[in-house]
Amino acid sequence: MSALDRREVVARLLRDRGEAVVVTGLGNPTWDVAAAGDHARNLYLWGAMGGAVAMALGLALARPETPVWCVTGDGEMMMGLGSLAVAAQSAPANLSILVLDNGEYGETGAQRAHTAAGADLAAIARGCGIAAAVRVEDAAGLEALAHALAAPGAGPRFAAIQVARGGGDKAAIRNALRDPAVNRARLREALGLSVE
Amino acid sequence: MSFDALPDVLQAAGVSLVAYVPDAGHAALIRAAHDRPAFTPVSLTTEEEGVALCAGAWAGGARSVLLMQSSGVGNCLNMLGLIRSGRYPFLTLVTMRGEWGEFNPWQVPMAEATAPAFELMGVGVRRVDRPEDLVPTVEAAARMAFDGGSAMAVLIGQRVIGAKSFFGEGR
Repeated sequence: MSALDRREVVARLLRDRGEAVVVTGLGNPTWDVAAAGDHARNLYLWGAMGGAVAMALGLALARPETPVWCVTGDGEMMMGLGSLAVAAQSAPANLSILVLDNGEYGETGAQRAHTAAGADLAAIARGCGIAAAVRVEDAAGLEALAHALAAPGAGPRFAAIQVARGGGDKAAIRNALRDPAVNRARLREALGLSVE
Repeated sequence: MSFDALPDVLQAAGVSLVAYVPDAGHAALIRAAHDRPAFTPVSLTTEEEGVALCAGAWAGGARSVLLMQSSGVGNCLNMLGLIRSGRYPFLTLVTMRGEWGEFNPWQVPMAEATAPAFELMGVGVRRVDRPEDLVPTVEAAARMAFDGGSAMAVLIGQRVIGAKSFFGEGR
């Protein structure tokens, strides 16, 4: 089976993002989302490892009418597993958690990660109480996920998307806002809020 | 009892999201978070989730508060970098353990490090050591957070809460 390409996966899903706010987890998922094109509704995390799902959950609870996607990696997700139980308990229908799982810590030298040793993120998400948790392994699964994401109010949803090892071209980093205060202000403006 | 006034104080400050790791000192507020329609309660598995959650809530247009006890503050340090670098308004109410009549020595080290830990990460600290100071201190901290954009922690002294005693009863 040919493994999915992380950049193609992210570009495909974001093509149909609509009004979604996208919170990205450190590190390659941030560059993947930026590579698909900068967007005023993107909130890039360059740190806060383990906090991407919790941050997306805060956004989802603050704006129940806006779809909120968390696009993160398996290493970042492993550091915040408890937040899956919190998301399940709060159960916001507008939250989707999309994990790009390549089984390695790409930013730090491709060290083998826990999902490569048997940790099953979709099973963990289900075990935390997120019933709509799937493992995506191929193009057909990705299309099914894209269609599921388009259905409003069916969350919280979780997908562990199996992608090939390695990260994408680092040049995309330039597309991702690095100043989190500027990023926060830009997002609020895009949502019709005061920038402060 | 001044603790009973806190739900009104937070509601008046526009707080809608109440994230917490339980502590006996916060029990009334946690109850109110579940009972009052104005509040959405979020029960956390660890305190740093609350830091990220509060930042996300602000990005989405909601005001929030994080409730925890002093032992949880150490768990938050790296995540507080998000608050500082993003200049997110932030309000946390911390009940102190390990500083006044504490029977559990395991609570003492983090109690002694609580205020310095916040200060290291750029969070303003206000202490409450008398019950009559609780409401005005939380009101002032909420104003500094939500109107001024500051990150603020209110430390509620163990003397105000009353030291917990497991010994004496049922022993």
